[in-house]
Amino acid sequence: MTMLKTLAPYEFKSRDAVENYQGRQLLYVNWERHRMFSRPFVLAMKPETPFSAVLEEMAACFSYHPDWQHIDWDKAIWQNGNTPFTPDRNKTLAENGIGHKDLIRFRTPGLDGIAGTGY
Amino acid sequence: MDMKATKKLGLKERYSLMTRDLAWDTTYQKMEDVFPQTTYEGIKIHDWDKWEDPFRLTMDAYWKYQSEKERKLYAILDGFNQNNGHLSVTDARYINVLKLFLGSTPPLELMAARGFSMMGRQMNGAGPRVACQMQAVDEYRHFQTQIHSISNYNKYYNGMDEFAHQQSRMWYLSDGKSFFDDAITAGPFEFMVAIGFAFEYVLTNILFVPFISGAAYNGDMAAMTVGFSAQSDEARHMTLGLECIKFMLEQDPDNLPIVQRWIDKWTWRGTRKLAAVGMMMDYMLPKRIMSFKEAWEMYVEENGGALFKDLARYGITIPKCFGQTIEEKEHVSHQSWIGFYMKPGATPFHTWIPTPDEMDWLSEKYPNTFDKYYRPVLEFFDAQEKAGNRFDNKTAPMNCQVCVSTMKFNEPGDPMEMCFRESIYKGEKFHTCSDHCKEIFDNEPEKYIQTFISSHQVLQGNCEPEGVDVNAPDFQPGKQILDYWKLDKRALGDFNGSEDQKNFAAWREQATKN
Repeated sequence: MTMLKTLAPYEFKSRDAVENYQGRQLLYVNWERHRMFSRPFVLAMKPETPFSAVLEEMAACFSYHPDWQHIDWDKAIWQNGNTPFTPDRNKTLAENGIGHKDLIRFRTPGLDGIAGTGY
Repeated sequence: MDMKATKKLGLKERYSLMTRDLAWDTTYQKMEDVFPQTTYEGIKIHDWDKWEDPFRLTMDAYWKYQSEKERKLYAILDGFNQNNGHLSVTDARYINVLKLFLGSTPPLELMAARGFSMMGRQMNGAGPRVACQMQAVDEYRHFQTQIHSISNYNKYYNGMDEFAHQQSRMWYLSDGKSFFDDAITAGPFEFMVAIGFAFEYVLTNILFVPFISGAAYNGDMAAMTVGFSAQSDEARHMTLGLECIKFMLEQDPDNLPIVQRWIDKWTWRGTRKLAAVGMMMDYMLPKRIMSFKEAWEMYVEENGGALFKDLARYGITIPKCFGQTIEEKEHVSHQSWIGFYMKPGATPFHTWIPTPDEMDWLSEKYPNTFDKYYRPVLEFFDAQEKAGNRFDNKTAPMNCQVCVSTMKFNEPGDPMEMCFRESIYKGEKFHTCSDHCKEIFDNEPEKYIQTFISSHQVLQGNCEPEGVDVNAPDFQPGKQILDYWKLDKRALGDFNGSEDQKNFAAWREQATKN
């Protein structure tokens, strides 16, 4: 229950409500144990965008890391938040069950960053 | 005829006549209608006269002291500037500390001035009202003197002139802005705990040590003098914050859980705010004073720990986040520097990879973490830069909904894993960087759903320079973000090869050789 106390009625909209994105939705992407990129990145995409578009954005950012070219894509482990899932690159974000402000966590077992440091 | 000289007033009488004696209770309007803010937070005050004024400073004495300090300060600043003092700093990398400081700190001093002006109106008691008014003037003075001391550097180096424009727009300044926005939109007692206690008392040394001592160590007399000129004010501020805590706790036992929650919240928010200060100490000062870890141990663990022991007699316990801050002291400065290093196109200051000597210093100061987690990636960046492939992460960040830091902190107990927390409020997801930020969100979600997150605002089309048509069919949000931020292109990129680096070297050569 909220602990907010105010002198007057206090009702404001979420600044990041999905309707503020003109038909698009926010998506965060993180490559786990590759902290060189410091933090996940954020995209705004229409829910009907194919997941392959996310993969392209990932490649544009993450390919700077020497581990990128060693990824065994069949062994990659995907989570949406804390829930495991298997994305289909030809299906849309909506069909892959990805909603507004979801966080994709991408794991590549055996690849733990520069010198195994997690970076 | 005999003249009977009136006895000069004692300090206590003078104080009483010139502060409390000037106050009155309203009769045309009910006191609670004139001062509604001091009750709605749930804090119960029974007797405002019990407020002790540790300094008993009157306004006339205050003006006298402050004007003396100003005269000394500006004499030194003039001398420093006229003698090209900027060329006496250790090396040109140091100036980037000033750029970061200028964007992040004076605007917050101004917010503190606004906050304490509000407290000076909202508090019922004359004692706290006077103290808050003086603190408001102090904060305004700090805001001005900090800018004045740095303005001379602005004549010679890039990236300083738009700090006021950038304050409420730049991604990396959002954490500090959010800190003060949160405090100033709370009630007066929470504001006092946030700024007067958690920030001024528990954490301010961590901010001022690298700035003042760092300035002194690195030959910057201007910034050092500003720091010293502020120090006696800070002592007064710390005392006001502590006095307010004790006053609330002594007035009513029901105040304890409220005050404890605020202490937990604001100690954590302050800790997050200071992550960037850690990187100033460990990475940006060419001549280091001490490591961030050592400073944390001395000022927060030892001094802060003793303070909380002292407050235990009122029932206050050590802030919940204390353990996590101790674990993080070995990590945050490195994580922050990597976070800035990888964005050479998005800050008005330069970044760089530490020299081999400096890396050895970091290994020595961080024996548990530097070689194990951070040195290899820094050496990788270094090799890439030398090969002409300097790291530039062009993506936009994910931020914490509460502290607005980028989501760059590790899971407690596992430095290789990122820490993510999530709350659902009215069907929408909200992400936080830690258990402590999540708890702050969950306690008052109505407040934090309004957080300004720069990267999200860009994607909404709200961060465009004038003249951009956001409804045009080919509109791409964020394409002209540098113009929106008014970022000086000469101030971007790695320190190596920057105009600042070249100019400093050339001017110093002129000053020291024939």
